[in-house]
Amino acid sequence: METDTLGSAADDSAGVAGTGTGELLGLYEQMALIRRTEQAAHKLFLAGLVKGTTHLAAGHEAVAVGASAALRPDDYVFATYRGHHHAMARGATPEECLAELMSKGTGLCKAKGGSMHLTKASAGMLGSYAIVGAHLPMAAGAAWSARLRGSGQVAVAFFGDGATNIGAFHEALNIAAVWALPVLFICENNLYMEYTPIGDVTAVANPAADRAPGYGIPADVIDGNDVVVVRDAVAAAAELARSGGGPTVLEALTYRHFGHSRTDDGAYRPAEEVERWLRRDPLELARARLEASGVPADSVTAADQRAERVVADAVAAAKAAPGPDPADALTDVWADGGSAWRT
Amino acid sequence: MADLITYREAVAEGLARELRRDSSVVCLGEDIGAAGGVFKTTAGLFAEFGKERVWDTPISEQAILGVAMGAAMTGMRPVAEIMFSDFFACCWDYLANEIPKMRYMTGGQVTVPLVVRTANGGGLGFGAQHSQAVENWTLTIPGLKIAAPSNPADVIGMMAAAIRSDDPVVFFEHKGLFASRGPTAPEGHLVELGRAAVAREGTDVTLVALAATVPMALAAADLLAADGISAEVIDLRCLVPLDMGCVLGSVERTSRLIIVEENPYQGGWGATVASIVADEGFELLDAPIRRITAACVPLPFADALERLVIPSAAGVADTARSLVAY
Repeated sequence: METDTLGSAADDSAGVAGTGTGELLGLYEQMALIRRTEQAAHKLFLAGLVKGTTHLAAGHEAVAVGASAALRPDDYVFATYRGHHHAMARGATPEECLAELMSKGTGLCKAKGGSMHLTKASAGMLGSYAIVGAHLPMAAGAAWSARLRGSGQVAVAFFGDGATNIGAFHEALNIAAVWALPVLFICENNLYMEYTPIGDVTAVANPAADRAPGYGIPADVIDGNDVVVVRDAVAAAAELARSGGGPTVLEALTYRHFGHSRTDDGAYRPAEEVERWLRRDPLELARARLEASGVPADSVTAADQRAERVVADAVAAAKAAPGPDPADALTDVWADGGSAWRT
Repeated sequence: MADLITYREAVAEGLARELRRDSSVVCLGEDIGAAGGVFKTTAGLFAEFGKERVWDTPISEQAILGVAMGAAMTGMRPVAEIMFSDFFACCWDYLANEIPKMRYMTGGQVTVPLVVRTANGGGLGFGAQHSQAVENWTLTIPGLKIAAPSNPADVIGMMAAAIRSDDPVVFFEHKGLFASRGPTAPEGHLVELGRAAVAREGTDVTLVALAATVPMALAAADLLAADGISAEVIDLRCLVPLDMGCVLGSVERTSRLIIVEENPYQGGWGATVASIVADEGFELLDAPIRRITAACVPLPFADALERLVIPSAAGVADTARSLVAY
């Protein structure tokens, strides 16, 4: 990691160079909304109101919000099963996300996808994929499509550090490079593939960025907890892609605040490491930037309170929402809406 | 008399017709460009449509199907080639978990209008990893349409239907049929997916077949005719949608059913056909249902051994004779 990208927010008081304080406050509020939604999801899971599994993204907010701030509304995003933050950063509401987690008919996917498959196609959020690495070639395909249609769109695949050891990652990087596709591969390196440190299963220090040169792709390691750093890095990569410069790999260093999934408490992580990363909470870093830019504390508190209220209302609405329509068990297999396999 | 073309030429012709009529159709696969495909099934396309419509890929089956899927979700109609159907095992995630499930698990937000073409089946001495008939693999997955034409005109008509379909279609081209000839199809020819054909009418026994087992069943019907047995041959054409109305109608006429499959008995597509006839056509039958399949072994290399493993017209005729005498 470049030391200058790691400089603390306070060092960068001008800092927010190119970032209006209003915009930064908006990014902060989006992150606060995601954080509270994830906390709510965790409580709902422990209360038995969310079935199956969850992979919470608390701690990863700056990657999603920073990237989304740098993208056009018509760009494409592909995420993993740890993807609540990407759905929300692209415009899914806490209510439609929580309703999906709680198996409600008002959920994003009519309760047919669940936590691991949040999708909001109308906002270019083209899915959360639960087979590790599978969506990297898809993002390359969306980028290929954008190029064929001359639309100027870019596609972004977000993935974890663990995905860098599966074949689809390598096939996607190669074809994206050789076809010079407008696609960004953004690794959320949270140091653990699941329960195992990524360093124990990967021979290079930066599992995504160190592989990229082997495919002829430029790469950078960035502070994934600083929303402004992420936004600027993604903006530069997107501009390169739109101008025909091909793909970029960004490895955003970040950290999970919860465990891998469900009730995992992440006890395999050293306390000192957890402490160190919690001090670099993306919300705290953004707050420091806001303070350095002279944004009154009241404005930040008001943003927190709005987020708190929106999520409280979302939880109440999702709890009160009806379950899925039983008829929907047998819809949506085919484009005609049905599931018939015989004529 | 209509012009004759080969099954191989029909693949390229079917693709060319759709590439001409719809600019969102784009082809990708290994060696499909200037080389024209290892089976020459894309010959001439690169010359006519250029590199922006016909894309050579690396040997990366996951990338081929993943890229096709991403493009299909964003406004294109990709036609991806997987060189041999055996290689589906290299990109099975996309065929089993991704392409067929996306629409359902997003509550209908996304459609995936793509075609996966592949060279399928045995009889050419390619050995165990390049000879399998794997339509039944895809049959186990809800969300895939499955086409397997038996003659050049159907290749053209079903290719048009597959590419125009808003659903994902796996399109099996049989290697053993590439050199076979038949009448070409008129411009605009479209064979709706899920419509079986009566390839030969008969009254004593129904032979249900698919792809290369269709000419095998027709040859068996010739042998049976010499013995005074009238066999009806149904070309199923598609496994999904499955035209059981055609099969049940035929069994009503003949009262005897033989299903001829190239895959092994265990898990073969004929088991689904047999179970439906047992459920819904039991009263129509005057004899047990018979399935003729490949042996449950990896396909051997030597012709002399492969012939023993894959069904034959003579074997189909023998079974039909015993069934008629039942």
